[in-house]
Amino acid sequence: MAIRERLSGNEAVSTAIRQINPDVMPAFPITPSTEIPQYVSSYVADGLIDTEFVAVESEHSAMSATIGASAAGARALTATSSAGLALMWEELHIASSDRVPVVLALVNRALSGPININADHSDGMGARDCGWIQLYSEDNQEAYDNMVMAFRIAEHPDVLLPVMVCQDGFITSHAVQNILLLEDEEVKKFVGEYTPENYLLNAENPMAVGPYAVTNYYMEARRSMAEGMVASRKVILDIAREYETLSGRGYSFFEEYHTKDADYVIVIMGSASGAAKDACDKLRAKGKKVGVLKIRVFRPFPAAELAAALKNAKAIAAMDRAESFSGNSGPMAAELKAALFDAKQCPEILSMVYGLGGRDITVEDMEMIYADLEAGNFECKELPYRYVNVRE
Amino acid sequence: MKGLTEIRWHGRGGQGAKTAALLLADVAFSTGAEVQGFPEYGPERMGAPITAYNRVSDKPIRVHSNIYAPDYVVVVDETLLEDIDVTAGLSEEGAVIINTAKDKEEIIPLLKGYQGRVCTIDARKVSMEALGMYFPNSPMLAAVIKVSGIMPEEKFLEEMQMSYEHKFASKPQVIEGNMKALKIALKEVKE
Amino acid sequence: MKTDISKQGLDVKWQDMTIGASIVHSGGSEQFNTGEWRVDRPIFLVDQCKQCLLCVPVCPDSSIPVVDGKRTDFDYDHCKGCGICAKVCPFGAIEMKKGVK
Repeated sequence: MAIRERLSGNEAVSTAIRQINPDVMPAFPITPSTEIPQYVSSYVADGLIDTEFVAVESEHSAMSATIGASAAGARALTATSSAGLALMWEELHIASSDRVPVVLALVNRALSGPININADHSDGMGARDCGWIQLYSEDNQEAYDNMVMAFRIAEHPDVLLPVMVCQDGFITSHAVQNILLLEDEEVKKFVGEYTPENYLLNAENPMAVGPYAVTNYYMEARRSMAEGMVASRKVILDIAREYETLSGRGYSFFEEYHTKDADYVIVIMGSASGAAKDACDKLRAKGKKVGVLKIRVFRPFPAAELAAALKNAKAIAAMDRAESFSGNSGPMAAELKAALFDAKQCPEILSMVYGLGGRDITVEDMEMIYADLEAGNFECKELPYRYVNVRE
Repeated sequence: MKGLTEIRWHGRGGQGAKTAALLLADVAFSTGAEVQGFPEYGPERMGAPITAYNRVSDKPIRVHSNIYAPDYVVVVDETLLEDIDVTAGLSEEGAVIINTAKDKEEIIPLLKGYQGRVCTIDARKVSMEALGMYFPNSPMLAAVIKVSGIMPEEKFLEEMQMSYEHKFASKPQVIEGNMKALKIALKEVKE
Repeated sequence: MKTDISKQGLDVKWQDMTIGASIVHSGGSEQFNTGEWRVDRPIFLVDQCKQCLLCVPVCPDSSIPVVDGKRTDFDYDHCKGCGICAKVCPFGAIEMKKGVK
């Protein structure tokens, strides 16, 4: 039976962690993810879980210890935000190349500077090419559901890659909202016991992790990693289907909200998707053919599936909550354009950057974006993409 | 109750406006509603103006933006009236609820022409009487429940009793005072 | 999980790479003939040897086998010819042949 609750996004993720009862959690506090290790360490202190909580001296150490624990044979995870993720950068690559199935609860926050503690996807987007699977969440419910599914994806023998479960800092992490939780036993059963085939602490069968590989081997090792990412596609969908039978909540690479017959589509990720959906409903009530496509899985990037879902769209607003400073568009828009090019589709695409450093975006903003798509107003000024709600 | 009720809180860092917004989400949740309670985070400094928000609805809430056209505004510190346009966007069908010892005739001129209901409560007096200390958030929470009518008063008091028992499990001596503050505030809020 | 290190030679295909390039099972270095690197060859002069065994622990490649408490001839599959053993031998029982593989 689903448990009706009201939790913030951080509480939701922490609850999932409590229900999973992982073996090891090394963590270092950073706003706005601090509450996650805080809640987990109180669960440990209260005897609710037997997780080994490791208070480390930096995020670099947090990820190192998480990797070490996982290589040793433990189910391990950590949590961070922004500069914390940046400090983990070296280890992010080590985690994925060592193929340790660790999980990271990322509470998305802007990177400096100017110094800012609020939400955007700069941190997660900066880590998009580190070999991690990335799941983005719209609200506390999705953050919870993604966390419950994360270890199953990471630990699958065809995948063995780390998973980042992302949610927007403060906007969802600190907002209390209704949520449906699974029973502790259901989560425990769904996630199961972690039984790695090989691990460092197996005295019967010693092993070495993270070796040096000369030029002759490096490309083969990276190609093998890429295969794990490719294989994760099927695994992500299989586990989502299994999760749907348990929870009643369905997930895929992305959510299609009235996109089937839509002429004008907003493609977006994270918490602002809700404002786009509300705008979509208002315009649908007036007979406008509009839709929202919310990307959940950014890595692996579901290029062919996105192109198929957008094949009838006349105009698309590709909205990034991150600046990539490519001078062309945000990172998601660039990948979306590449996906459509490969599929020989050529709709009008208005690339937009919005919500940096927590800048608010409203239903009315979304309605105006739809209006521009419909009116064929794709005009941009100095840049070939548009900044939403920037003063100029 | 209409489909969606939106509430904006104005307070100062350290006064408990955020906590009050989260408590409101808690009690409204207990009525079966869909709720949202969130603060707008800036630099976390004692005394700096802060804003917090509530949405209470009969349908799932998807929007996460701040609230620009609220049904109700709660002002936890009347000194904010000088610097902040607290009634900006406030529905004329709604109300502003202000913590002040003054009569509303003295307050109205500070509200930049707002034509809707203006409610006042002396949360300092209530808090001093009930708790012997100044914690404005409990009286203000009771006032907004009363004025907005988002839930029956009895149900509100019942839920708050349980909430305080949980929250103050380690210091039960403060539960009675807080409950008293709520009860006085429900009576004292003036239109 | 792919763990067969016998396939991890110079011509290994990516499909045969172990996961994370990890090396499972101990003693894998035995399969790697570092003796190919040798340019100077140690010669064990058995008549000079007093079996003090000082040479055994200093060998970086464990290439001096000990049987029943006595050292035997070099393991030339793995000896890199570094000459440390010859340096520590107090009895001149190890001779380094320069330029002899």
